Amino acid sequence: MSLWRKHQIFEKNSIFLLIGVLVVISIGGLVEVLPLFYLKSTIERVEGMRPYTPLELAGRNIYVREGCYNCHSQMIRSLRDEVERYGHYSLAAESMYDKPFQWGSKRNGPDLARVGAKYSDEWHKQHLDNPRSMVPGSIMPAYPWLGKTEVAVNEIKMDMKVLAFQGQPYSLEMIENAAKDMVTQATNDAADADGLAQRYPKAQSRKFSGLNGPVNEADALIAYLQMLGTLVDFKIYDGKANLR
Amino acid sequence: MAQQAQSTGSVGPTKAFTAGELGLVLTAIGMAFLSILIAAKTTSGPYACHASLFALASAGSVFAIFNRYLARPAEPASQEINGKPNYNYGPIKFGTLISLFWGIAGFLVGCIIAFQLAFPALNFDMPWISFGRLRPLHTSAVIFAFGGNVLIASSFYVVQRTCRARLSGDLAPWFVVLGYNFFIVIAGTGYLLGVTQSKEYAEPEWYADLFLTFVWVTYLVVFLATIAKRKEPHIYVANWFYIAFIVTIAVLHLGNNATVPVSLYSPKSYIVWSGVQDAMMQWWYGHNAVGFFLTAGFLAIMYYFVPKRAERPVYSYRLSIIHFWALIFLYMWVGPHHLHYTALPDWAQTLGMAFSIVLWMPSWGGMINGLMTLSGAWDKLRTDPVLRMLVVSIAFYGMSTFEGPLMSIKVVNSLSHYTDWTVGHVHSGALGWVGYVSFGAIYCLVPWLWNKPQLYSLRLVNWHFWISTLGIVFYITSMWVAGILQGLMWRAYTSLGFLEYSFIETVEAMHPFYIIRALGGVLFLIGALIMCWNIYRTIVEPAAEQERVPGGALATAH
Repeated sequence: MSLWRKHQIFEKNSIFLLIGVLVVISIGGLVEVLPLFYLKSTIERVEGMRPYTPLELAGRNIYVREGCYNCHSQMIRSLRDEVERYGHYSLAAESMYDKPFQWGSKRNGPDLARVGAKYSDEWHKQHLDNPRSMVPGSIMPAYPWLGKTEVAVNEIKMDMKVLAFQGQPYSLEMIENAAKDMVTQATNDAADADGLAQRYPKAQSRKFSGLNGPVNEADALIAYLQMLGTLVDFKIYDGKANLR
Repeated sequence: MAQQAQSTGSVGPTKAFTAGELGLVLTAIGMAFLSILIAAKTTSGPYACHASLFALASAGSVFAIFNRYLARPAEPASQEINGKPNYNYGPIKFGTLISLFWGIAGFLVGCIIAFQLAFPALNFDMPWISFGRLRPLHTSAVIFAFGGNVLIASSFYVVQRTCRARLSGDLAPWFVVLGYNFFIVIAGTGYLLGVTQSKEYAEPEWYADLFLTFVWVTYLVVFLATIAKRKEPHIYVANWFYIAFIVTIAVLHLGNNATVPVSLYSPKSYIVWSGVQDAMMQWWYGHNAVGFFLTAGFLAIMYYFVPKRAERPVYSYRLSIIHFWALIFLYMWVGPHHLHYTALPDWAQTLGMAFSIVLWMPSWGGMINGLMTLSGAWDKLRTDPVLRMLVVSIAFYGMSTFEGPLMSIKVVNSLSHYTDWTVGHVHSGALGWVGYVSFGAIYCLVPWLWNKPQLYSLRLVNWHFWISTLGIVFYITSMWVAGILQGLMWRAYTSLGFLEYSFIETVEAMHPFYIIRALGGVLFLIGALIMCWNIYRTIVEPAAEQERVPGGALATAH
């Protein structure tokens, strides 16, 4: 049959085969990925989203470093039981500043997309130090080293510069104040707490780990956990507003 | 050295550095200096450690290239000896043996993390061995270290034999094999030290990714250049699959690792994509790591080793053409089925689901082509456990490529996603298909490469087969039950309309299944250890001794 004979052009010429493969594998990706960058309906408009504070960003980097995504999702699906268990289903906008996204693929532990403000700081600190002291059946590893490890306060500025370069709305003022803001957020009754909350609305300042001394990794991680899913106010969020 | 060349009486060219040798030495020296600079200036301990490893490896390669230069003859290795191709087996032998090492390491870490889920005390409160760091080590070790080395080694073998040409390049194949394994070391130690992007199956940080890019492009060039000098007019079907695998993995790797490092002196980088776009890119990459690394590459192995071992031609050449193009076209669409009911737009989820279901067809086309290749040779399954392993791998391939489309249907996925059903599905493919087809290929390759009449013992292959098959059955059945149970518990309601179970109750319910799964993993590991012993004895056994008992090993296999 002639069609089979025509296929010989691929069988006898590796460059044609290579080009053929490249063309064929490109189609699916282009159709599915490219529109996500220009279709406005991909990410809904919501009030309240802002980039991470320096302390939260440091905490998120610890979350990334420890591979928490292996067991915890950050994506509440639009299913009845998930919404009842975890809260409002996750919006695309809620992970718009997430690099990388941490939606996860396996729940050895519960979803964390809205874990913020559900437990006290002390609960988190205890739980990180010894999960089974708070949840007897837990299979989570303990992270007792976090409270003992200092965060390099002066280095977060570099990270924010890269994120600003990639288009995240970190202003020069935010970058300049990065180290100071991080210390402020990890201090009880800090002098500049108002300034921080102005730069980063809803940012909460307190000594998250309860430990005295410089900013430690437990401060950062708990600060991150406590803000997860709290930025969008669902009392005023109008899900229908984005329908078109 | 010039004297040596004269003393052998050849009037060949005087020995000189080739451009490749010189180039690689200069690159390595540059790399060593850069690494030392980074090690001195970075504030990150793990990064300094990695930079030192890079410096050591660069120095080591300069040393190795000089040593090799002193030992080698003046002329480059001849393309043919007595009219037969002078095949280059060195890098293949290395790749085959190191794949065994990584296989054992990866299976062992898998067993450890399986026990950690059943008994969390095994995390020992230490950062380096906590589950979150070990789990990527397991996945990378089995997929990229074990699977990757099997693919590179087998592809270098298959491309030479099917093209009847010596592997292209002199140092390049060695750079591919050694460079790839160096990348594995950097990636794996990085996870333990906390250097990770936390993008599933793409955890290595920017500098490891960058290095891998150079290795991978060299791999593609070596492969294509070998095909270019083939003596056969046709490119054999296995090589199509290898080409698709190499090229597509390059594209995926670049797309999903588009990061900006914080600085040259920082191991940390930020991906240019964020949130929903990053999720789509990740699973476009992630599922095609399955489709092209774990499927297309290993289908290439199937298309060479099954016909060779069964001594029958491929069942249908036309089916392989359809199978090839349909498979590589369809796979690229299915990523969104990892993101059902998430914040990814609905249209993308639906596309992903639809193409996943259609993908069932070419997958089974490939399975049929592989299985039917045994037409007229089915009796060999009784006597040849290596062929049995290869055939069972195809059966597992068929099973998991049926299960996959099933799980990609949105309603099924709403139950299965986030549960251990996914883990079970992955392992029926990974242990049954990728594992067995790799073991089969290694059992074939080792006697061919080391020029032995046969394996040390087919009886041990039989033991390996049955022990690990039992392990796989434990593994996937326990994960089916665990996954479906957990999915149902999450969505169970009381008669009053409240959620029936707290999350921790669903975790506690997993305990017995996690133990069964871990035991299944241990059985699989034991099987692989038996294989290592068998391979070791095959290589060290003097050929004469094997011949003393004619067909002895074969006879005992009954």
